[in-house]
Amino acid sequence: MKVTAMDIYKLLPKTNCGDCGEASCMAFATKLSEKETDLKLCTPLDPEGMEKLEKKLAPAVREVTIGKGDKQVIIGGDEVLYRYELTYYNPTALVIDVHDELEESELEERINIIENTEFERTGELLTLDAIAVRNKSGDSQKFIKTVSRLKNSIYPLILCTLDPDNMKAALEVVGDERPLIYAATENNLEEMGQLAQDYQCPVALFVPGDLEKMKQLSHSLRSQGIKDIVLDPGTFVGDGIGDTLDNFVMIRRLAVEEKDEDFRFPIMGIPALMRLGSKEDPVTKSIKEATVAATMLNKYADILVFNGTDIWELIPVLTLRQGLFTDPRKPQAVDAGLYEFGEVTEDSPVLLTTNFALTYYTVEGDLKSGKANTYLLVLDTEGRAVDVSLAGGQLNGKSVADLIKETDIENKVNHKKMVIPGLAAPVSGEIEDDSGWEVAVGPRDSSAVPDYLLEKL
Amino acid sequence: MDKMTQLLKLLENTKSIEINDFRMDFDELELQLMPAVQQVVQQAVQTRKAASEVLPMEDFKPPIQEYPGKVAEVQLGKGSRKPVYLGGQQALYRFEEAQPNAPVVTFDVFDIPMPGLPRPIREHFSDVMDHPGEWAKKAVKEFGANMVTIHLIGTGPKVMDKTPREAANDIEEVLQAVDVPLVIGASGDPVKDPLVLEKAAEAAQGERCLLASANLDLDYQKVAQAAVNNDHAVLSWSITDVNMQKTLNRYLLKEGLTQNDIVMDPTTCALGYGIEFSIDIMTRTRLAALKGDKDLQMPMSSGTTNAWGSREAWMKKEEWGPTDYRGPIWEIFTGLTMMLNGVDIFMMLHPTSVKLLREIGETFVKDYMTTDLPDISDWITQLEG
Ligand code: SF4
Repeated sequence: MKVTAMDIYKLLPKTNCGDCGEASCMAFATKLSEKETDLKLCTPLDPEGMEKLEKKLAPAVREVTIGKGDKQVIIGGDEVLYRYELTYYNPTALVIDVHDELEESELEERINIIENTEFERTGELLTLDAIAVRNKSGDSQKFIKTVSRLKNSIYPLILCTLDPDNMKAALEVVGDERPLIYAATENNLEEMGQLAQDYQCPVALFVPGDLEKMKQLSHSLRSQGIKDIVLDPGTFVGDGIGDTLDNFVMIRRLAVEEKDEDFRFPIMGIPALMRLGSKEDPVTKSIKEATVAATMLNKYADILVFNGTDIWELIPVLTLRQGLFTDPRKPQAVDAGLYEFGEVTEDSPVLLTTNFALTYYTVEGDLKSGKANTYLLVLDTEGRAVDVSLAGGQLNGKSVADLIKETDIENKVNHKKMVIPGLAAPVSGEIEDDSGWEVAVGPRDSSAVPDYLLEKL
Repeated sequence: MDKMTQLLKLLENTKSIEINDFRMDFDELELQLMPAVQQVVQQAVQTRKAASEVLPMEDFKPPIQEYPGKVAEVQLGKGSRKPVYLGGQQALYRFEEAQPNAPVVTFDVFDIPMPGLPRPIREHFSDVMDHPGEWAKKAVKEFGANMVTIHLIGTGPKVMDKTPREAANDIEEVLQAVDVPLVIGASGDPVKDPLVLEKAAEAAQGERCLLASANLDLDYQKVAQAAVNNDHAVLSWSITDVNMQKTLNRYLLKEGLTQNDIVMDPTTCALGYGIEFSIDIMTRTRLAALKGDKDLQMPMSSGTTNAWGSREAWMKKEEWGPTDYRGPIWEIFTGLTMMLNGVDIFMMLHPTSVKLLREIGETFVKDYMTTDLPDISDWITQLEG
């Protein structure tokens, strides 16, 4: 449950001195409750009050940093179970594995693919976040060799071995870069905990299918003084996916609603496990791995490890993550009005779209990449897409006629012809009647607009 | 006492002092005290380690909640149809309370050949697309559909302008061809849809179909009456707006329908095209139902097929990989996300997506930890690739 501004205010000095840059303590408290400012800015606060407030403001799920400096990813930090209640923080880290039995050329190719995986969507470049190195061989020399190569990677690392000696060997190479230690289990808890302490690294706790035991072991790690823990309750696929889901949900509920200290940590899922012993064809494996990932992305995974590297498998994962982690408090809309693309003249065509951010950026991307020279009228549909605003009534003849007046487009072009989105076809007549403009129904998808403009106009 | 002694005293008496705090005081100490301080730090670390018994720990208890409300159960299929049940949940998750009904998938079938369908789908159905009956049969026999949705697209005035009578004939053809329950969809024309649905409802009297849909932009009373008079259920469609959904449901209840005769479609925005809005709406709707809001206690439906409108699903683009895989995966992601947020019935197009969604859906009605789980403890060394 989120702390209220009032809870915070009670612990502030209440002098309204203004040092924090806010007009009053209450204003500062409100910003703190929304995570929009930093507690340290309240300089008059005494250390004791600071500690109390820090505790109060600590997110339900601890933020854990993997990596360091410009090679780091932060996971966790969530406050709520449902994104509509606030927002989700720190997008789920997406990780791909490599192992120490790969031929050198295979390893290089894989690293190359991982580092270059990217996908641009609505003006944002979506990428992966880390690389997991598996000690598949069980051999420490091989592990060290692979880990040494990965030291030069652009991404932070997850070191995967259950053997504390091999883990120590790897930490001697990259321990100063804060890799995630994967994993402490009931068999090596003391040793891995000690390594996490010695190298000041976060540690994952792997306890497949037993939350009761997970709680005990998390508790003993905490008792060792370890703060940065990541919980892996086991990724079971196929018929077991229901259990995986239950475990993830229970952990997050215990953290958010019951503030159970042993569970207030980020959760790790391993969609790669879909491939363990699977006899299916490669395409089905990739589709299923993505499906497992989608399940866990929706229900609380903070970090996911994949084995598949196909771009068509990763695009939907990156896209779902982007959607889940957009802030619902921010309107998904751009400013309505008149936009220009390329070189416009009075002969230039006039297009229409809505101010839903996703719609606008998609259209913008298509017009730019198609090098179109055109005006674009952006209608205020309260941030709704074309089909949705059509059904919801924001996109209608009158609203478009008003937009034409407000933007003064009639004085900028020497014609009265407009191209509307294919999906807006049902209101084409209405727009003609209300605006006196001639309306052509354009393509359903804006990727076809540049060609349409060349052919039709 | 001097600072050093103070500090030592402090460390003696407390087990919880933080090393970080300790460092804050560091500056104040004289440099020559360093060795002594280090010793103290060592001790502090030791003390902390010894403190392992001190952190209090409670027993693990599954976080099960009580819900005052319950989702209504809706039966689809009666008469010559094998019935299918939707909803009926009394809790959000199966670990809280056994879930009564697995999610249901209904395959989209059309009354016209639909040249606009994406290739990965046409590929599976091109031989039967001239006959909705054959199309439905293939969906059930070959791809295991629980239900079939017959979209009467051809009745659209700008499509083929088929008459309501012709639409009723198509319904009869599909009813003859398969014994699963039907969803009957119209063309999306607010004036004609109620007339089409009325005739279709008569043709399917007593078979308990789902009439799609009633919404605030058309004569929903006519649609509701068609359902009441012929023993069907109604799909109540709103546009990502919980209040609009409530209002429409209330209107439908006034027309003589009960909670058990309504399924809601709060609108599915596709993956990448606003899916997060649908996530929020579905979540809020289901939570409201379980909290006891009678106007929102009906099962939910998802027009998962919307996913195919996303360019990532169909657009040819070398760097995105083959559309053959992108399409199904886009539909699965969209449907699965809706399923995880409470949706009960899915309108879908592609056999692979349907199969995968159902596989996961079936696990929803099992009980917690009753499945044989494989040993994954050595995955680090066992995983190939
Ligand atoms: S700096 Fe602290 S005391 Fe001063 S106004 Fe801000 S919150 Fe209040």
